[in-house]
Amino acid sequence: MATQGTSIWSKHQIFEKHSYWLMLGILVMISIGGLVEIAPLFYLKSTIEKVEGMRPYTPLELAGRNIYVREGCYNCHSQMIRPLRDEVERYGHYSLAAESMYDRPFQWGSKRTGPDLARVGGKYSDLWQVEHLNNPRSVVPASIMPSYPWLAKTKLNAKHIGEEMRVQQVLGVPYTDEMIAKAQDDLKTQATTDAADSDGLQKRYPKAQGRDYDGNPGELTEADALIAYLQMLGTLVDFKLYDNQANVR
Amino acid sequence: MTTLQAPIQPPAKSLRWGEGALIGVFSLFALFSIVVAAKAYTPEFAFHAYLFAAASIAAVFAIGNRYMNRPAGPVPQFIDGKPNYNMGVVKFATIAAVVWGIAGFLVGVIAALQLAFPLFNFDLPWISFGRLRPLHTSAVIFAFGGNVLLATSFYVVQRTSRARLAGDLAPWFVILGYNFFIVIAGTGYLLGITQGKEYAEPEWYSDLWLTVVWVTYLLVFLVTLLKRNEPHIYVANWFYLAFIITIAVLHLGNNATIPVSVFSPKSYILWSGVQDAMFQWWYGHNAVGFFLTAGFLALMYYFIPKRAERPVYSYRLSIVHFWALIFIYIWAGPHHLHYTALPDWAQTLGMTFSVILWMPSWGGMINGLMTLSGAWDKLRTDPVIRMMVVAVAFYGMSTFEGPMMSVKAVNSLSHYTEWTIGHVHSGALGWVAYISFGAIYCLVPWLWNKREMYSVKAINWHFWVSTLGIVLYISSMWVAGILQGLMWRAYTQLGFLEYSFIETVEAMHPLYVIRALGGILFLTGALIMAWNIWKTITTPQTAAERELALQAAE
Amino acid sequence: MHDTYLGLAAFAQTGGLILFVVAFLLVVAYAFWPSKARKKEFDDAANIPLKED
Repeated sequence: MATQGTSIWSKHQIFEKHSYWLMLGILVMISIGGLVEIAPLFYLKSTIEKVEGMRPYTPLELAGRNIYVREGCYNCHSQMIRPLRDEVERYGHYSLAAESMYDRPFQWGSKRTGPDLARVGGKYSDLWQVEHLNNPRSVVPASIMPSYPWLAKTKLNAKHIGEEMRVQQVLGVPYTDEMIAKAQDDLKTQATTDAADSDGLQKRYPKAQGRDYDGNPGELTEADALIAYLQMLGTLVDFKLYDNQANVR
Repeated sequence: MTTLQAPIQPPAKSLRWGEGALIGVFSLFALFSIVVAAKAYTPEFAFHAYLFAAASIAAVFAIGNRYMNRPAGPVPQFIDGKPNYNMGVVKFATIAAVVWGIAGFLVGVIAALQLAFPLFNFDLPWISFGRLRPLHTSAVIFAFGGNVLLATSFYVVQRTSRARLAGDLAPWFVILGYNFFIVIAGTGYLLGITQGKEYAEPEWYSDLWLTVVWVTYLLVFLVTLLKRNEPHIYVANWFYLAFIITIAVLHLGNNATIPVSVFSPKSYILWSGVQDAMFQWWYGHNAVGFFLTAGFLALMYYFIPKRAERPVYSYRLSIVHFWALIFIYIWAGPHHLHYTALPDWAQTLGMTFSVILWMPSWGGMINGLMTLSGAWDKLRTDPVIRMMVVAVAFYGMSTFEGPMMSVKAVNSLSHYTEWTIGHVHSGALGWVAYISFGAIYCLVPWLWNKREMYSVKAINWHFWVSTLGIVLYISSMWVAGILQGLMWRAYTQLGFLEYSFIETVEAMHPLYVIRALGGILFLTGALIMAWNIWKTITTPQTAAERELALQAAE
Repeated sequence: MHDTYLGLAAFAQTGGLILFVVAFLLVVAYAFWPSKARKKEFDDAANIPLKED
């Protein structure tokens, strides 16, 4: 044992005396764990459940989501309800992997300084959202959220939203060429109450809600986009129709 | 009239290949950046493009200026038989670490105050909490921690290889290029340019720039190892090498994005949803594992033996520690995603390996602490040793707490709460910052040829003030986290949720105030250190002291 | 998928546990085995930071 062991262990010198071997050894050691944990997520079909209702974001929702990312909302708000009794009662049905399948980047978050937002859509009125973004303490006196008064005052810059959808299309998000061509129209349609082409928008993006969100019909602001995004969060999958046993294999 | 004596011809000076190439590349890059700035989609991106242009032009001038002033011949590798170490870059990174450290701690204090009193957001977009928090995390991890790692790795690899750092301009490119990355990343957060992935917020162009810098860093480090005059590669260098390589792999995996356009700061990532989450926490946890652990363990393996003047406790244990740590750490990422939509098998793997990780972590801790065996009195007499030993003790504590929190039952309570913040800071303040402070207190006198720091008393003050700060910080966050977790899941006798969410927010207030106070104390300690370093460098020494310092350095 | 999970969990609680405990003991034994074979080399290596040039 001793002599044999020594001979094996003395082979370790190759790492101690040759930097290339050391580098190679490190690469092998750090690759194993990552490969085992990440690679199967791309080919195991059970990773993402089959559900009805998921669709890519509308141009306005996407623009709103980008504002959500820009302001760093994920630093305090999660979008991932865990299947624990209190969370399901507080926030609604636990989050499914499918519900974030078009999220680039994912925004599950890691901290709840504020509440989870995975199903915040439809829980508060647009007016409440406008007031809350403008000054959270006007509607929730004990809130410690920063005020975002600039959102309702800043015109939405979404000139390049079609280009952004094109990139996502390349990455595999099912945006059609028609959706991309109509991006600017859809953007305006969705931010207008009783817009002319709301049927077309509905056809391209089922369940899309179209109205003036920020109470200022004259202008398409960042608040319009962000509230459009917040109001659709968690509303796409109809859980009355969801069979949680169907995915158990 | 003929000259009696041929004039002494100085050797002809010519532009080195690297100098010429870099001047060319930077000139072209400046031009390209100006074009991008002119056609940028957003004013924020134009600002960054102009910064790139200005920095490129500055680089061209700096290289030209250096060429004018340098001697014609190559830099000697040895002087009088001793390696001609390149310490200029080490000095720069050491000072940068102190400056960024204070900036990062200050931003942390402001962020803490914002949570206690939302007034501190001042209703301004660029300093609202959502933008300031990434600035804080990046400033302390990548700016402070990164410069500490650059400085010490360049110092340690030279000393333990007994060879001058490889490359002429390359080490400077690494140090300045890295700090430029910090400036781009930091200003980007304030302007709202972010990928929205924790600890990987910089957008595609900053990421590309960092990739170039990082590959150069790897090459400088590797080539220095190759030309070493010592048959054995010292264990600290293994940890540095693992840190450099793994961070490169993680960076590429988690930042695999396609930019919307070369004129747009925005990009979209290749992975989405659950896969993106797994990539993110594979990256995020191993940024902790390889940036904040492996890298700083290299500090432990060099500076503690050096300062205590005795070799590491068990060299064999350090070998086992190394391979076990890097193999097991990489698996631990999924413990950030317990009970989420990540498949159960991945969560279980993450939990299992996180618990196993306790073993190599404590192996390393024992190795560090026991190095002091037979010299425990130094804890009392040398505040620098004390700082580093306390750092290792905090390392032991956090690496016990971490595996515990990654057990799913515990995690169901601790996840999403302030407990996580407390855990991170016991590691970040107690371990990373303390081992860094210890190394800086060692390095400054060595680099500037002084016998000791200007004031040992001030080191003591730094130690006690910041230790008090850490205690306030982590204990308040533990209480806050557990309170928060329990309140969220509390039920009344009738079976209703007992607390609304806002009631749990209100309960945090006093603890947030205590935390901010802890942060202020920690910042104060760092300011004492900065003053001490300033005095150490600028106070002229008597001839006798200089003699002693030279002897000590030899 | 559920079966895969149960299989993995069962392995972790039996064979995996034994495997890792044995591996751990072997590692500890190696680290503290009073072997003479490479002692001098390791001592030299450990003293690299303390050598002065």
